[in-house]
Amino acid sequence: MPRPGIILGRTETALIAANLVTAVILSLASPYFLTLPNLVNLIEAYSVTTILAAGVFVVLVSGGIDISFPATAAATQYLAAYLAASRGFPLAPSLTLAALLGVALGSINALLTYYLRVASIIVTIATSSIYYALLIYFTDAQEIYNLPGWWSNRFAFFRYVTASDDVVKITLPIVVMIAVVCLTHYLMSRTRIGRQVYALGGNPEAASRVGINVLGVQLLAYGYLGFLAAVAGFIQAGRVHQAVPTAMAGQELNVLAVAILGGASLVGGIGSMGGVVLGVFFLAMLQNGLNLIGVSSYFFGVVVGLAILISITMTGFAEKHMHRRRVTRSA
Amino acid sequence: MQDLAHDVGGTGHSIRSQLDRVISSFRGGAVNVGALLVLLAVLVSLFSLLMPTTFPRGSTLQAMMFQVPELGLLSLAMAIPLISGGINLAVIATANQAGLLMAWILTAGMPQEASGTTLALWLAGALAAGFLLCIVVGLVTGLLVAVIGVHPILVTLGTMTLLHGCSIYFTRGRTLSGFPDALILVSNETVLGIPISFIVLAVIAVLAHVLLTRTALGIRIHMIGSNLEATRFSGVDTRRVQVWVYLISSLLCWLAAVMMMARFNSAGADFAQSYLLITILAAVLGGVDPYGGFGRIAGLFVALLILQVIASGFNLMGISPHLALASWGLILLSVMAVKRIAGALPHGRRARTSSQNAPVEIPTASKS
Repeated sequence: MPRPGIILGRTETALIAANLVTAVILSLASPYFLTLPNLVNLIEAYSVTTILAAGVFVVLVSGGIDISFPATAAATQYLAAYLAASRGFPLAPSLTLAALLGVALGSINALLTYYLRVASIIVTIATSSIYYALLIYFTDAQEIYNLPGWWSNRFAFFRYVTASDDVVKITLPIVVMIAVVCLTHYLMSRTRIGRQVYALGGNPEAASRVGINVLGVQLLAYGYLGFLAAVAGFIQAGRVHQAVPTAMAGQELNVLAVAILGGASLVGGIGSMGGVVLGVFFLAMLQNGLNLIGVSSYFFGVVVGLAILISITMTGFAEKHMHRRRVTRSA
Repeated sequence: MQDLAHDVGGTGHSIRSQLDRVISSFRGGAVNVGALLVLLAVLVSLFSLLMPTTFPRGSTLQAMMFQVPELGLLSLAMAIPLISGGINLAVIATANQAGLLMAWILTAGMPQEASGTTLALWLAGALAAGFLLCIVVGLVTGLLVAVIGVHPILVTLGTMTLLHGCSIYFTRGRTLSGFPDALILVSNETVLGIPISFIVLAVIAVLAHVLLTRTALGIRIHMIGSNLEATRFSGVDTRRVQVWVYLISSLLCWLAAVMMMARFNSAGADFAQSYLLITILAAVLGGVDPYGGFGRIAGLFVALLILQVIASGFNLMGISPHLALASWGLILLSVMAVKRIAGALPHGRRARTSSQNAPVEIPTASKS
C-alpha cells in the first residue's frame, strides 16, 4: 500500500528541485524561456509523450513492462484515420473503434503475460513485432493525409494575446493531456483498483493471497495503456496532420525512460503520476532551454542519457542507504 | 559433469546446490535445443517442399550465412548479460558508436592514397581504437551495474541513450562511408563456400559456449543469474563477474560493428535499430531464461538459424518481410506456450517465481 511518502517521495522532491534549478538557470540564460507562449508550446510538444508515459506508469506500477504501445498507438491511429478519411465515418464511431482496438491489443498483452507466465517484456517484444509487422503489411506503409477537419484543425479552447502580441492557444493536445494526467492520478491514488495495482506490483504473492484478482488488475493496467496509446495516436496524428504507420516507431524506450526518470520503478509498486509529470517536464524544459540557449538539438540525446544515469545513480545509492539503515535498525 | 565441479572447486562446498541447479539447467537446455532442431528441420523441409527448385540450394545457404553473423554476434552480446540475470539494451548503440569511430578514423584520418603497410597500420589502428572504446563502454556499464546495484535495464537504458546521443551529436545524423577496399574484400571472401563472417560467428559461438560451460567465470555468470545474493554469500565476487559480463558483451558489439561496417560499407548512428528487440527475441527463443541463470549458446545458434530460414524462405516465396517479422513474434509466443504447457505437466520444470534479480517479472497468482 502506498505509504504517505510515496505521494511526495524522495524522487518527486528531487525532481521538483531539479525542475526549479533548471527553470531558474534557463530563465536567466534566455529571457524568452519564462514567457507564456514558450511554456505553452513546450507543454503541447510533450503532450503525446505525457499521455503515453501515464499509461506506461500504470503498467510499471503493476510490476510489468509494455513496449508494444507505440505499435498499438500506430495501429489505432491508422484505423481511426482509415475510417474517418477513407470511409467517411463521423468522429464518434471512428474514435470509439480505435479506442476499442487499443484496449483489445493491450488486453492481449495482459492475457499472454498471465497465462504464459513469461516476463511481460518478452511477451510485449513479441506482440510489438506482430502488431507492427501486420500494420505495415496491411497498410503497405502508406500514409493517410486527408484527415477530416475535425481532426486536423487546430482547435483552441482558449485564446489569449499577450502584451507582446504573441497568441497563446490552449489546444486539444494540452486539454487531453491534462485530463489524462488527472484521470490517471485519480485512478491510481483514489480508487480501490488503483490500490490493487500498487499492491500487485509491490508483492504479487501477497496480493493474490489477499484475494486480489491478478488477471483483472493486469487487464486493467495493460488495457488502460492500450486505451491511452489510442488517445496518444489520435493526438499525434492531429498535430502532424497525417496518420503514418511508422509514426511512433522507436518511442518505446524513450517513454519508458521518461517514466523511470519520474520515479516509477521496474520492480513495481512505487511511483506517482506527479513524479512522471515532473520527469516529462524536466526533459521538456531541458530540450526547450538548450534550443533557446543555442545548443545544438543534436546534443539532446547526450543530455537525456546523462539525466537517466545520474537519476538512477542517485536512486541506487539512496536505496542502498535506506537498506543499510533498515538492516542496522533491525539488528 | 566432473570437470564442472572441478572448475569451481576453489569456492568450496557451499555452492553445491547452485551447481546442481546449473547442471540441471544444462540438461533442460539439451531438451530445448533438440526441440529447436526439430523445429528448424520442419521449417527447412517445409520450405524445400514448397520451393524444390530455389530453396534447397547452395546459393540460398550461402546467402543465409552472409546474413546471419551480425544479428548472431549482437544476440550473443545480448544473451550473456541475460544469462547473468541482466540485460544490455545498449548493444546496438555500442556497435554503432564503435563503427562510427572506426569509420571516422578510416575516412577522415587515413590519407586517401594509403596502401600496403600504411594502409594495414591505419586499419589496425582503427580496429584497435574501436576495441578500446568498447572496453571502456563495457567497463563503465559493468561498474555502474555492479556498484550502484540498480537493475541493468535501467543502467543500459541510460548508456544506450547516452551512446546514441553522442553518436548523433558527433555525426549530426549523417552516415560515414567509403572504406578501404581491403576491408570490403575480406568480408566478401569465402572459404570452401562459407563466408568468413560466418566462420567468425561460429568460432565466437564455440568460444562463448566454452566460456559459459567450462570456465569458472562462466559457471559464476550462470550462478549470479540464478541468485545474485546467494552467489555473493558463497564467496564469489559478484561485482567482478558483472563487470566481466558487460565487458564481454561490449567486445562482441565491437566485432559486430566491424562486420556491419564491412558489409554496409558505411557506419551511422541509427543503423540496425530494429535489431535490438530481435536480439532479445532470438536469445529467449533459443532457451535463454529472461530472468537469468539458464541458457545455452547452442540453443541461441539454432534459434538464429530458425529466424534466418524463415526470413530467407519468405523472401524466396515473395512474401513480405514484415510477415516474416510477425511470424518470428508468433513463433516466440508459441514456443513459450509449449514450454508453459510442458511445464504444467507432472515432473515438468516448475514455473519459476520471481527472485531478487528478476524485478521485471510478473509472477502470477497460482503456482504449480
